Amino acid sequence: METIVDLNGVYALAEDLVARDIHGEFIIIPITSGIGESDEEIFSLNEFGKAIWDKLDGKRTLKEVARALSSEFEGAKPEIERDCLGLIEELLKRKMVVKL
Amino acid sequence: MMPPESYVEKVFINRYPLWKSGKPLLFRLDMEFTERCNNNCIHCGINLPKDDLEAQKKELSTGEIKNILREAVSLECLSVRFTGGEPLLRGDFEELYVFARKIGLRVLIFTNATLITKHVADLFSRIPPLEKIEITVYGMKKNSYESASRIPGSFKAAWRGINLLLEKKIPFIVKGALLPANRMEIDEFEEWAAKIPWMDKPPSYSMFFHLRCRRDEQKNKCINSLRLSPEEGQRIVTRCKERYIERMKEFCSKFMHPSGDKLFSCGSGQGGGCADAYGNFQPCLMLRHPDTVYNLKKGSLKDALENFFPKIREIKALNWDYLNRCARCFLKGLCDQCPAESWMEHGSLDTPVEYFCEIAHAQARFLGLINAEEKAWEVEDWKARISNFAGH
Repeated sequence: METIVDLNGVYALAEDLVARDIHGEFIIIPITSGIGESDEEIFSLNEFGKAIWDKLDGKRTLKEVARALSSEFEGAKPEIERDCLGLIEELLKRKMVVKL
Repeated sequence: MMPPESYVEKVFINRYPLWKSGKPLLFRLDMEFTERCNNNCIHCGINLPKDDLEAQKKELSTGEIKNILREAVSLECLSVRFTGGEPLLRGDFEELYVFARKIGLRVLIFTNATLITKHVADLFSRIPPLEKIEITVYGMKKNSYESASRIPGSFKAAWRGINLLLEKKIPFIVKGALLPANRMEIDEFEEWAAKIPWMDKPPSYSMFFHLRCRRDEQKNKCINSLRLSPEEGQRIVTRCKERYIERMKEFCSKFMHPSGDKLFSCGSGQGGGCADAYGNFQPCLMLRHPDTVYNLKKGSLKDALENFFPKIREIKALNWDYLNRCARCFLKGLCDQCPAESWMEHGSLDTPVEYFCEIAHAQARFLGLINAEEKAWEVEDWKARISNFAGH
């Protein structure tokens, strides 16, 4: 099933994982099974990914998240929106975020 | 700006250095839940009877263990090993396991698998440990298994547990203990182990058994009688000669050199340690010398890692025999001599352990690093010999 992500959607972090900042690395640790492809995986996000992650409060639309990011990161608005869509699509596939 | 190939990166924590600027203060914690075990293995260096009430009374409470785990997370620890004794013997195992996972720890479980019931397998299926469970298998047949475990029904229970993990596709690996009753089963064991989907290399074995961690002369006599001779051990270690030699070429070029008078040349107490069942924090799983353990009930993991262990690591050998032999010996990488083994064998930190010395010399002779008459600590051109052997 194809995952559809849209900028007007509101997304929130899934409950079945723990995000930890360990020695400068942002690590996502699944609690329940089915988040990774195997049951041994943990994940990391880069600085930009972490910034998006931090703003997924289940209230703001993705467009609002992208707008907030444009004040923190260099880059044209379409590029920032593209990266937001890209990250959310991947997180949705991995069941790390949910669409509200 | 080009979009990245993937926004979410998988982390293979055991395959490359994850942390870009050194390791956290506590990278991995060992939690010894109990010294009690439902098996009574003939070769075991730690087990107490499962119903040893005195030992049970002294064990850390659920809350105390949770506090240690909480502090570990605050120190950026990512992985905890639950070991024992048999960790599943604790009535609060499930509570502690779920707690550890929910605070963001990966959990490595060392077990004999006999207590893995359908309920436990379902738990691991629902909340995966994120590390392969490690199971020691004492025999492929009831007779061989139970001559080691000395508990009737343990063979059936272990295989039930293993089969439940296979059925639920819960990643695990197996290890062996080479004992008189199962030595003829190595091929059978390895053939079976190779079919386990998560075994990415042949199983490891314990064969040069540790003596009792808490020192026990009576039980040590029995363990001593089960140890392979250095020559027998060397024959087993070198069964796959070519693979062994290739591996050793790389190993020797990295890890062979005299260690000098500093006793701790391993990484124990650096970035990790073991909290025993009673709240003592040890630099490694084996070292329980009273001078080297830290009481967590009166302090913290942080204090032990920042202040106590670094002092321990500076301890120098005083024993003349050690200084004359071990400190000058270039077979350090091949030899299991360490403060923990010295403590278990002799009750001190710096006494040479003859058994490990003989094993290291047998291997060095096999590799052509020394000849039949030589003692490695007397070899002066050791660097050239390693270079010749490693081919560079």
